[in-house]
Amino acid sequence: MSLIGERLGPTCRPPILSMGPAVHRRIAEDGRVMASSSSKPRLGRPMTAFLSVVCLVVFGSPLASGSPDGTHPPAGMVTVPAGVYQPPFRSEADAKEVPVKAFALDRLPITNEDFLGFVRADPRWRRSQVKRLFADANYLADWTGDLHPGVSAPMASPVTQVSWFAAKAYASWKGKRLPTTAEWELAAAASPTRPDGENDVEFQREIAAWHSAPSPGRLPAVGGGRANIFGVQDLHGLVWEWVSDFNTAMVTGDARGDAGLERRLFCGSGSQAAKNPSDYAAFLRFGLRSSLQAPYAVHDLGFRCAQDLPEFPVRLSPAP
Amino acid sequence: MKNPLHPSSPARAARWAPVLSSLLLAAIALGADSPGTSPRITDPEIQGEEKAVLTHAPMVPPPITRRHATKVLVDVEVKEVVRRLADGVDYLFWTFGGEVPGLFIRVREGDLVEFTLANHPSSKMPHNIDLHAVTGPGGGAASSFTAPGHSSRFSFKALNPGLYVYHCATAPVPMHIGNGMYGLILVEPKEGLPKVDREYYVMQGDIYTTGRYGTPGLQTFDQEKAIDERPTYVVFNGSVGALVGDKAITANVGETVRLYVGNGGPNLLSSFHVIGEIFDRVYPEGGTVASQQNVQTTLVPAGGSAIVDFKVQVPGTFVIVDHSLSRAFNKGALGMLKVSGKEDLLVYSGKEVDAVYLGRQAEAGSDSEKKVASLQAQMKEAIKTDPRIASLTKEIQVEKGKQVFMQTCFVCHQVEGQGVAGQIPPLAKSDFLMADKERAVRTVLQGMSGEVTVNGTKFNGTMIPLNYLPDEDIANAITYVRNSWGNSGDAVSVAEVRRIRSEAPPPPANTFE
Repeated sequence: MSLIGERLGPTCRPPILSMGPAVHRRIAEDGRVMASSSSKPRLGRPMTAFLSVVCLVVFGSPLASGSPDGTHPPAGMVTVPAGVYQPPFRSEADAKEVPVKAFALDRLPITNEDFLGFVRADPRWRRSQVKRLFADANYLADWTGDLHPGVSAPMASPVTQVSWFAAKAYASWKGKRLPTTAEWELAAAASPTRPDGENDVEFQREIAAWHSAPSPGRLPAVGGGRANIFGVQDLHGLVWEWVSDFNTAMVTGDARGDAGLERRLFCGSGSQAAKNPSDYAAFLRFGLRSSLQAPYAVHDLGFRCAQDLPEFPVRLSPAP
Repeated sequence: MKNPLHPSSPARAARWAPVLSSLLLAAIALGADSPGTSPRITDPEIQGEEKAVLTHAPMVPPPITRRHATKVLVDVEVKEVVRRLADGVDYLFWTFGGEVPGLFIRVREGDLVEFTLANHPSSKMPHNIDLHAVTGPGGGAASSFTAPGHSSRFSFKALNPGLYVYHCATAPVPMHIGNGMYGLILVEPKEGLPKVDREYYVMQGDIYTTGRYGTPGLQTFDQEKAIDERPTYVVFNGSVGALVGDKAITANVGETVRLYVGNGGPNLLSSFHVIGEIFDRVYPEGGTVASQQNVQTTLVPAGGSAIVDFKVQVPGTFVIVDHSLSRAFNKGALGMLKVSGKEDLLVYSGKEVDAVYLGRQAEAGSDSEKKVASLQAQMKEAIKTDPRIASLTKEIQVEKGKQVFMQTCFVCHQVEGQGVAGQIPPLAKSDFLMADKERAVRTVLQGMSGEVTVNGTKFNGTMIPLNYLPDEDIANAITYVRNSWGNSGDAVSVAEVRRIRSEAPPPPANTFE
């Protein structure tokens, strides 16, 4: 992890996962990040690792709700190191930078097969039984039946047309949660070769190509995209993804605040508060999220889950 | 020209504005607690309800004949569709109604417009609409912001008459507009506009692709070029050739033509010009006063419009261009208005375009030769229209070559290959052209400068190399000119062009982008 830390760009602070003297220095620099840590029971890193091993031995795989230890995230997940997210838009009241703690993120988007397991386990989220309040009429519309994704929704393809409520329920069922916008954007900023993908021309070209290609009737299988430097795949080029706070962009005290939305997003004014008005891809994601409401089920919108990592005592030690 | 507008109408509109906007605000305040339903507005001026007639370019909905305000329902579906941008070039257009430009909307001053914007479920992006005809913050943008697979509705009163642009206003706006999200809405003055014989809808836009002009395949939007305002394509009505050949707009001699001209941009201003015509009346910037008469070129701002009226007096093909001519010459900003005589066989048989050419024949020859030439022309026409014969390779090459010629070569060599006296040598009946086929290929590939003698006349000019054209286009274009306007020769094959291109020393760098 320290190698990754050395290469982080200016918008991504170094991860706080390495050991040794350098760690203390970084902690001192990242005091604000540290300040947000709570005072949960602290275990030494070796101890955590040891307990994980015990868990593995005693309880089997910690896939769902096991305690990830940062070095070895749960199966199917990867660790995204801590960093700082700079929102593309913000009002004067919003923070210029959002510190993000290291977290675990699903390597791949949730597939139809994954979601089928969920609706088998919880009938309330089957297409015929879901409450309209929680999912609109497009919910799982491509599936042929309650428990049959069918030809239009291959098992290995990402599940789409799921509402935010449904995605959130799935994540809870897994003992996980949806990533925040800041977390998702931080993970998605990384290209296959560098954490600051905005400077990776090939990576940017791939993202642009997806925006200029029509939506396929049937989505390809997950895992087709190159892994980014953290090991996450398909953050770009397959589907949009829900985040837990998707609507913060449009909420200006009152969710009906049309004027605030317009000021931030539309026409020329869209760029006034923008961090980088040349980052069209960020505008597109921001626009998509802003257009959503929690019950919406959209053809090209899926999700993946995130999970907290336990905190390390080494991060809480004062710098010498 | 008398101002067609009733002088008191803007003043009346202005008087109404505060009343209406307070009504509107009150209605929104009342309706705000019940999301999903539109606020109820009662307007004593409004009588009845009708569904708007919407048309794809170049057509325009019929003039409004009713003499009262009504509630007009406008339903527009946003679709993201792959369409032809140029021959062999595809692009994912984002559209208002499935085509670029968006559907033409026509309402009457004072109408209450109930606008429903549906975003097709297959769309990747959210979209909205900002109509410049709307009085209100954002022009409807915030109220119409719509996720894929959803629809939004809002209403506005068409207070001000004029020709207005509408466009998507979702960030990043240059991308949404650059991908085709623009169109026109005409708010007719209460008194209507002066009657004309034909109305057409022409709208310019600039397009930014990663591939160079003509690069085949599905093209990607190029963010860098858009930010630098360096378009790859500048087109009328959404694609190269959308107003050319069979798709040209038409009129008959003696008719008055009105063009509703819009410019979606997102970036370029248009120097709108019709070659060989003078605009009798111009409503500059789409306003309602025809304040200009006898105009050659009218400026159409990005996000703006103009209305031009002109009577066509002579038949022929009138080329429509953005007179920033690299856009017409190299980027596709070219359309055609074909003017013919009345649809009467006697008049049509005169075929005035051919008559100019036949006239030259007559000067040099006897009546008999003239008749032979006429018969040959008829034979050529018959051959062209006979699908069995037209399938012959050379004929196909000639037809394809004509398309290339009409996009690239005709600007200098002229539509009938006649050239320009003293400046541009003729291709029609050209001894120089026909003497050496390979030289013709080389000239296109490498350009030519210095003195040449064509049909006994000396020319001393420069032709730029057109080496950016694909081999096939060059082969077809030369086959076309070698078999047109009195020339007759064998076809040029793609292999020949390829061979000559490979033999040729690399020409000086010639960037057309």
